[in-house]
Amino acid sequence: MNKKIIMQLDELTCPSCLTKIEGAVKNTKGVGAVKVLFNAGKVKAEFDDSQVSADDLSQVVTKLGYEVQGVKVKDL
Amino acid sequence: MKFQKWLQDHSQHITWLSAALIVLGYAGKFTHVGWLYAWVLAIASLIAVVPIAVHAFQALKVKVVSIELLVTIAVIGAFVIGEYNESAIVTFLFLFGNFLEQKTLSKTRESIRSLTDMAPTTAQVLQADGTTEDTDVDDVEVGDVVVVKTGAAIPVDGVVVAGSGYADEAAVTGESRAVRKTDGEQVFSGTILSDGALNVRATKVGDDTTFAKIVELVEDAQDTKSHAEKFIDRFAQYYTPAVLLIALLVGLISQDFKLAITVLVLGCPGALVIGAPVSNVAGIGNGAKRGILVKGGEAMDQFAKIDTFVFDKTGTLTKGETAVSDVVVFTGSKDDLLAQTAALESLSDHPLGRAVIEAATRRKLNLNLELTDHQTIRGQGVTAKVAGVDVCAGNEKLLAAHHVALTPEQQAAVSKLQQTGSSLIIVAVAGQVAGLIGVSDIVRPEAKAALAALKKAGAKHLVMLTGDNQTTADYVARTLGVDEVHAELMPDQKVEFVKQFQAAGQRVAFVGDGINDSPSLATADIGIAMGSGTDVAIETSDVVLMQSSFKALVHAYRLAKKTVLNTRENVTIAILVVAFLLLGLVAGFIYMASGMFVHEASILVVIFNAMRLINFGGRAEKLD
Repeated sequence: MNKKIIMQLDELTCPSCLTKIEGAVKNTKGVGAVKVLFNAGKVKAEFDDSQVSADDLSQVVTKLGYEVQGVKVKDL
Repeated sequence: MKFQKWLQDHSQHITWLSAALIVLGYAGKFTHVGWLYAWVLAIASLIAVVPIAVHAFQALKVKVVSIELLVTIAVIGAFVIGEYNESAIVTFLFLFGNFLEQKTLSKTRESIRSLTDMAPTTAQVLQADGTTEDTDVDDVEVGDVVVVKTGAAIPVDGVVVAGSGYADEAAVTGESRAVRKTDGEQVFSGTILSDGALNVRATKVGDDTTFAKIVELVEDAQDTKSHAEKFIDRFAQYYTPAVLLIALLVGLISQDFKLAITVLVLGCPGALVIGAPVSNVAGIGNGAKRGILVKGGEAMDQFAKIDTFVFDKTGTLTKGETAVSDVVVFTGSKDDLLAQTAALESLSDHPLGRAVIEAATRRKLNLNLELTDHQTIRGQGVTAKVAGVDVCAGNEKLLAAHHVALTPEQQAAVSKLQQTGSSLIIVAVAGQVAGLIGVSDIVRPEAKAALAALKKAGAKHLVMLTGDNQTTADYVARTLGVDEVHAELMPDQKVEFVKQFQAAGQRVAFVGDGINDSPSLATADIGIAMGSGTDVAIETSDVVLMQSSFKALVHAYRLAKKTVLNTRENVTIAILVVAFLLLGLVAGFIYMASGMFVHEASILVVIFNAMRLINFGGRAEKLD
């Protein structure tokens, strides 16, 4: 885990969305800790960029039906 | 998942369409056009169940039994037995409830949004050739100079290198007040330059700025759950599948299909799941708007239970800077005494002297008096001829050395000042004691009323701990009405006191300036850092008061109590609703549609109840 991604989503309204997103991102290979901020509508995840890219992760969330409005990647 | 995106974008339209169809269907019923009633309501159910079913399926894929799944099964069940009206109304109410929930939830979240909206996205970076370039704030580098014009938000933390102006620092301190900024002064990202123009050299950019840290803290706080919330989350995780199972059992045992699907609808955990978090979100938001950062639901809970407040003295109960607190004159005027002493002290760099010079400067006195024969006598004071007159300022030893005696009346004045814990400068002019100047760390004027307000709000024991001497400590404690005072302490001894109180079963909040009392802040049940947005303070404390104000402390305490009360109200409402529904089910006056209605209504009731917290304590000062 050498990078951290922060994705800004549209507003989240159902607590089950949260579980859904968290589960899907966590089950992606190369991803460590995942935190979904329900009220801020953000997904924060640590990942290893040799196994998975930031684009892949944003795809995972998009596929669940949530629009990713912005992505920030930081070195850990 | 284009279809899902489309559904999400059009969920409102689907809701209205299903409402319109239901109206049309009932029109059919009353005009006795039977086929219209049945068909239209069936269509309404089919349309409205699609977004719900899709959500249910999505959740199921990640092994979550969601509320949507319960509703979907119930609707399919109703459809199978031809209860089209029930299924249509249930789906509509569910969608409409979600819609209202979204609207009202965003209201409780609005305080963070208004914070993040304040964050500037671009900066005008000064280039080598003197032009400026529009740069994304994330691409500005430390050391770059950015140009800020009137009305713009400052995009970085930095130091003013050119220009001057007034900045409204509400974003960082919660206090909407123009602060003058000139060369060499620190400015903060997110604050608004209400007047003037500045060139600022960036010292912190992007996510490292104080403002970005505040936003991150508040965002995290609103999602940091209290024990109660965590419990409810775990509960909900097993509750929903359990409801499914119970409905199945009820159906099998009673052989009553209608009863089974009603159980499914009534089993939705609605208000219980949303009630507690929504109170915390609103409460934390209320604080954030006022420069009060509470780190999550758990901190809120703990804070509300606090009965003992332990204060650090210097910089918390007092202003933390020595200043002239008393001037007693025996001959001449106050101004003359201050001017002469200040002129005399201007050549020394004694801290007491600096306080006198500051007081004289503030009164705009003329300090350019002619000085000759200036002498500093270590451990005694200073002497000189000021405008041709012998003046000496110092302690009693200095007086004795110059054969100046205090009259009994003067001696009494000296003792009186010493009892207040101030340091004394005795000033003699031409061999006569002319006056006394008391210098001390000034007690915050609002502290006394605030401490009383804390007691009124539920605090039982107020304690002051300080490294300062006993006399000063006793005086400050008496002035403020503190219950217990301990002086001459080292930082680790302060921690010991905090531990002692905890061992005695008290719930302790430690209030400090966050600079040298991190250990106590961390040890106390709640650490409250007052008036400093330093990284250390933000990290070690549970509550950060961005402005150094007791008003904020009192508000924070009341807010915590109010928020916890609000959470309890919401949980109570939710439980009562469940009880009512069960009763209704047994007594037979609740069926699918009415059950769903009660559910959705109860969700709105808890959200509205939480919304009362947003404006608790009056509307926060807003930026223009």
